[in-house]
Amino acid sequence: MLDALTSYLSSDTTPGQAGNVLWALIYILIVFGGVSVAVMAMNWLERKALAHFQIRLGPMRVGPHGLLQPIADAIKLLTKEDIIPERADRLVFWIAPLIILCASFAVYVVIPFGPTHAITDLNIGILFMLGVSSLSVLGVVMAGWASNSHYPLIGSLRSSAQMISYEVAMGMAVVSAILMTSLNRSGTGTLSMIGIVEAQQQQQIWYLFKFFPLGFLAFVVFAIAMVAETNRAPFDLPEAESELTAGFHTEYSGLRWSLFMLGEYAAMIAVSSIAVTLWLGGWLRPFPNALTGATWDLVFSLVPGFSFLALAAVAWIGVIRMPKDPYFRVQTLGLAAFGLLLGLIGLVLFAPPVRERIQDIFWFTAKVAFFMYMYIWYRATFPRYRFDQLMRVGWKVLLPISLGVLIGTAVVGVVF
Amino acid sequence: MPDSTPFPSQLELSQPEKTFLDSNELILNMGPQHPATHGVLRVILKLDGEKVLGTECVIGYLHRGVEKIGENRTYAMFNPYVDRMDYVAAVSNGLGYCEAVEKLLQVEAPRRANYIRVILTELNRLASHMLWLGTHALDIGAMTPLFYTFRDREEILKIFEKYCGARLTTHAFRIGGCLYETYDGFERDVKKFIDFVPPKIDEYEELLTSNRIWVERTKNVGKISADDCKALGVTGPVLRASGVKWDIRKALPYAAYPEFAFEIPVGANGDTYDRYLVRMQEMRQSLAIIRQAVEGIPEGPIMAKVPKVMKPPAGEVYHSIEAPKGELGYFIVSDGSTQPYRVRVRPPSFVNLQALDLMVRGQLVADVIAVVGTLDIVLGEVDR
Amino acid sequence: MTKLKTRYGSGVREASSYVGQNCLILDSSITHEILNILCQEEEFDYCVDLTAVHYPKREKPFDLVWILYSFPRNQRLRVKTMLGEQESFPSSVPIWSGTNWLEREVYDMFGIRFDGHPDLRRILLPEDWKGHPLRKDYGIIEQDQQWVQAHLGIESGQ
Repeated sequence: MLDALTSYLSSDTTPGQAGNVLWALIYILIVFGGVSVAVMAMNWLERKALAHFQIRLGPMRVGPHGLLQPIADAIKLLTKEDIIPERADRLVFWIAPLIILCASFAVYVVIPFGPTHAITDLNIGILFMLGVSSLSVLGVVMAGWASNSHYPLIGSLRSSAQMISYEVAMGMAVVSAILMTSLNRSGTGTLSMIGIVEAQQQQQIWYLFKFFPLGFLAFVVFAIAMVAETNRAPFDLPEAESELTAGFHTEYSGLRWSLFMLGEYAAMIAVSSIAVTLWLGGWLRPFPNALTGATWDLVFSLVPGFSFLALAAVAWIGVIRMPKDPYFRVQTLGLAAFGLLLGLIGLVLFAPPVRERIQDIFWFTAKVAFFMYMYIWYRATFPRYRFDQLMRVGWKVLLPISLGVLIGTAVVGVVF
Repeated sequence: MPDSTPFPSQLELSQPEKTFLDSNELILNMGPQHPATHGVLRVILKLDGEKVLGTECVIGYLHRGVEKIGENRTYAMFNPYVDRMDYVAAVSNGLGYCEAVEKLLQVEAPRRANYIRVILTELNRLASHMLWLGTHALDIGAMTPLFYTFRDREEILKIFEKYCGARLTTHAFRIGGCLYETYDGFERDVKKFIDFVPPKIDEYEELLTSNRIWVERTKNVGKISADDCKALGVTGPVLRASGVKWDIRKALPYAAYPEFAFEIPVGANGDTYDRYLVRMQEMRQSLAIIRQAVEGIPEGPIMAKVPKVMKPPAGEVYHSIEAPKGELGYFIVSDGSTQPYRVRVRPPSFVNLQALDLMVRGQLVADVIAVVGTLDIVLGEVDR
Repeated sequence: MTKLKTRYGSGVREASSYVGQNCLILDSSITHEILNILCQEEEFDYCVDLTAVHYPKREKPFDLVWILYSFPRNQRLRVKTMLGEQESFPSSVPIWSGTNWLEREVYDMFGIRFDGHPDLRRILLPEDWKGHPLRKDYGIIEQDQQWVQAHLGIESGQ
């Protein structure tokens, strides 16, 4: 029994490939839990970062510096009344958020957090990801239809049109990255996610910098398309409140609405993971080939620990700056405990066995976190695109550029 | 109107029997409660898909009968009521009313009072334009300029509060001059403010003026020609953005404006982007006026000799000023008693709002909100 | 002014100037024509305001007032005419399109009808309101009780 459990640990493939159902389930739980925590953290970060961009403070009361705000929001949403419009199509109304949620979460099955740290590694991994994430369009249309009200219907049609338009440009950009994987020694490319990162490792260059500026352009096209794909600013016309139609999730309240939000953030993290895997080298640490050697390995392996210690230091500075009033005692204690926790994690991450193991996951997560921050930054800075301009950008600007990059990559790849 | 089907009346629309599948045209209601309509304004749109075929504005939700009240209050008692019309820029309303009554009484406010009036009115113009910028950017989707402009507007409101005790509905002026002397440190505060603000205006411009998304959302949106403006009676930055270089402060000057040198910004195309640029330039020109005024406030009395009980001789007068939103006019008919016989307020937002229909014909739905924002209407003034 | 007087001698009641503001008082029959002339020939291309005043004790109780402005000349002019109780007046919308809402407001507040107006309805008050508030015989706190009870469900707005 114990043998069955630990036999997997000595293998060097993902649980899915090893056929180990138990470990696959464990991985699924870990990933699911991780994504949920990430969504909550993203919720908090969005409110705080947006507030700081707008020279205000954001949530400060609920926990120290609003750290427990997502929990309060979750409780509020769960206890809200579940309103279904009178003449809504009940079954479709119920299914729509589930479809979006399942589509967004199913994508996580192939996301590689490390060379063997994925739930499974399909050899058509990237194709699977693009395909399954497109299923959420179905959920959007169903949500708008089931609401039986013309504002959500118009909003959902706009949203779905936007999503499928930008998928084309996304696909083209992805294909040009895939082409680059075929330029390794064996001459065969791969669609598997782990294979793509390993190809980058073999070819000793992140695809972002390969054939500069082609790789960079493909990355930029994908970065813009993924923001449009997830209906985020500046492409959030279908869901903005100050436009006429408040979007496909107008009639949803409470738990159902929170499912939409969960699905949206999960989709954001998923497409960011695709971008990270294809262009930013996945789990590879920065400069994997330019700065090689044991010392550089050591230096980079200390970064996770130091980053958590830095976060702990920020938390402790916050503790020191808390008002001394006894009213704030609980919050100060909470923040101090949180800082302590972060510090402990940082110290644990310095221990050599942990240090080795944590590298891949840390670098992957750090890169995805960078993308999340960019999402928030875009939302704070840019006005909204009008719908026809949005479609024009998708079809007339991004698609030609991505096609050009694709052809360019193919030509350059053959010639050089 | 070029299209044949008539607009259903307010009554018809409140009981819709036809669904939107019955014809190609969709009648959509931007209801009185809406985050983007700057107050209680109802805009009924007739759409063909996304294109706007016609609009109709339903106003009157904020009608408080200010003109009727004017007939039942004495001249001085009516002064606080006028602040409540254009509540965003309350100081100008007071200026227009006080000057109109002063014309009836045939008194002139002393020079020092005029300088104080000009400083406060121009500060008020800055505050109004800042609020306009924040809300207009928010409607188009840029969330952050709102917070920046409101933060800077706070400084102006602090000066108002120190001067007359109120931030928004200031009641700053009295008939015959100003009641309050400038407080200790008024000049210092105003000077500090005019040094503090220009980099902020540059910051707003940096965020928006050359931002591609902003330009695409505002260029060629809501175009109106100069002739249409003149025929409709549209005034203010809307008229100036269409190319007509006309400003009441220069054409028919009042208060202390003849003594100051300033430019009138003019736009070329009459679209939303030009109106944005014109208002940004107006903000800078207001700063120039304030700078000149605050450096040369003359000494002297701040109140003219006005009888305690004001009984202007029978007659009528029309006086208008350049409010931040356009030409704000007061037509006062006096019958020799202590109460006006008729007070008519010519609100710039009311007349400007007529242009909405012309400006959004053939544009898309998302532009309606941008155009309503760019007309800079305040419902308190539209409805009175 | 003299030009108009020679052409319409009898119709022009008075051409005066008070505190520097010029005013023309005309007969209601020729006012529409003169407004047209003022717009086309005398270049008063901007109708600043259109309003009315109610003098209940007069024979012709309503005073319709146009305030015009000429951009080329930088001149303002007031044109007044007297109207009887149920008299209507030709609409100025063909001359200046901006008088559309201004005439609607005069109709709403005073009850003066304008012939030829494209869409003469109440603008500030609800469409089925009875009474014209700015008339002198309408009380300061008077409301259309029937409307209030029917639409707001309360006894009275007071």
